[in-house]
Amino acid sequence: MIKGSKELIAYGDRSRFVTSVRIPHGGRPSPDSFGLVFHVATPLQDSVGVITPSSLHYVATTRGSFLPDIDPQEHRLMIHGMVDRPLTLTMEDLKRLPSVTRLHFIECAGNRSTPKAKTVQESHGMTSCAEWTGVLLSTLLKECGVKAGASWFVAEGAEEVKGASSMPLAKAMDDVIVAYGMNGEPVRPQQGFPLRLLVPGFEGIFSTKYVRRIKLVDRYYMNYNDYGHLRQDEKETALGYQVGPKSVITFPSVGQQLPGKGFYEISGLAWSGGGAIRRVEVSTDDGKHWMDAQIKGTAQRMAHTRFGCPWNWDGKETVLLSRCTDELGAVQPTRAQVAKFFNVPLGEVPGLDNTVQPWRIASDGSVLNGHA
Amino acid sequence: MGTHRFFACALLLGGLLLEASVLAQSSTYGVGRTPSAEEIRAWDISIGPDGVELPPGRGTAKDGAELYVERGCSACHGRTGTEGRAPNLKGKADPKTDTWERGRILPIRSPFATTVWDYINRAMPLNREGTLTADEVYALTAYLLYINDVIPEDAVLDAQSLPKVKMPIGDEYASLPEGKPKTRRLRGYPY
Repeated sequence: MIKGSKELIAYGDRSRFVTSVRIPHGGRPSPDSFGLVFHVATPLQDSVGVITPSSLHYVATTRGSFLPDIDPQEHRLMIHGMVDRPLTLTMEDLKRLPSVTRLHFIECAGNRSTPKAKTVQESHGMTSCAEWTGVLLSTLLKECGVKAGASWFVAEGAEEVKGASSMPLAKAMDDVIVAYGMNGEPVRPQQGFPLRLLVPGFEGIFSTKYVRRIKLVDRYYMNYNDYGHLRQDEKETALGYQVGPKSVITFPSVGQQLPGKGFYEISGLAWSGGGAIRRVEVSTDDGKHWMDAQIKGTAQRMAHTRFGCPWNWDGKETVLLSRCTDELGAVQPTRAQVAKFFNVPLGEVPGLDNTVQPWRIASDGSVLNGHA
Repeated sequence: MGTHRFFACALLLGGLLLEASVLAQSSTYGVGRTPSAEEIRAWDISIGPDGVELPPGRGTAKDGAELYVERGCSACHGRTGTEGRAPNLKGKADPKTDTWERGRILPIRSPFATTVWDYINRAMPLNREGTLTADEVYALTAYLLYINDVIPEDAVLDAQSLPKVKMPIGDEYASLPEGKPKTRRLRGYPY
């Protein structure tokens, strides 16, 4: 029995039997010995549904940094540059304006599966999905009046490093959210409290945390880390900002153990920066046959979408695959397809790696990484 | 009397309507306030390729070399910019090599010298961001550009000369995505 305590009544806790936790990503400690936070991955192998609990949402920082401890009363958002009327807003001001509430995934550009990954958390855990609430950036920009000739904007955070990114204005006018809410409560400090940009479908770095300033400009502004997005090749650059269609089977996934042959519902997540997921297909015989998976609930645009597929395992060694198609008709590729298209070695994937993840089921029921 | 009152009312009403229409044009919600030019200047640390936002000040590579040690840059980036645990600041390869082969190093990869200034000014030194003066940022920018053979040692960098520095990468980089909504990433790419 669990005895009621003041704390438990005030802010609930999960069962002591549920132990799923985030882990530092990519071999770099987080926090490090100084308390600096770097990348942290979501335990996708334990996920159900499409919402990542805020406590388990992945974290990435533009570099190892201390989380800013911002008093929301003091926080301001300033919009200026190529606008008719610059505007400074308090958090209170923002909450008076018409809001939107939408499900969106965020994914780090470094979310790349390697043969070394021992869990789906290691191979795919740098993406999460939450319900975000805030004001559309387009609402604020219309309030300011966009000057003719403005074509890009720079978003900047209030943290020590003042991380900044240049983005196309067309994106701002489409669906970018200035978000103060996450999963029914204020955005968490690790996610940019009190205010962050949510740039749906773009690589995670663009969803500027602790956002305090938006400047409209007439070109790519090349501030802070923007130069890091430059590429020599037009094709590689084109695959930069927007995340392609991507899916992964979370159960069964590498590191898990099937108790024996018989029925399993294969379960996984699909998402795309191009919009809503239209179709997910699953293969239980290494790609010889594909069947349509069932999409659970309604697929939202630029949001994790849960899929399921019935499977009767005969106890023999096999490979499980999933691939998805988004509303634009783009299909998730295999690594072989990417290598063929770009004429590059197998495993080289320009842009964020959105390739099919094979899970190998051994005859003893253990699940192995198909890239290994 | 009655007529006067009528005209007064009409004028007042007209005035209100006029004001309302002006307000409607200027903003829908009227929430928030207009920041002063001073406030914008204080916060606007985005230095664009033209350098219009650059503050007054000046510096040379010689000043920068001293500051590089004094301000602690060398502690993380190494004595010559290549030996530290922080990112390399000097291209190891021969300057005649293709720029793209020389690594993702800020003073080499960035197409504008203003980006080097912007980066140092907003993000350095680690955990003491924002403590460098404008003169110091000009000097450190000059030093990084000098050790990468971009400018001569005696070049003076200020708000006028910095944006004119010709960077090794020139315009040899692919144009950036337009971010057009509801559009596939790359024409002809089925994925």
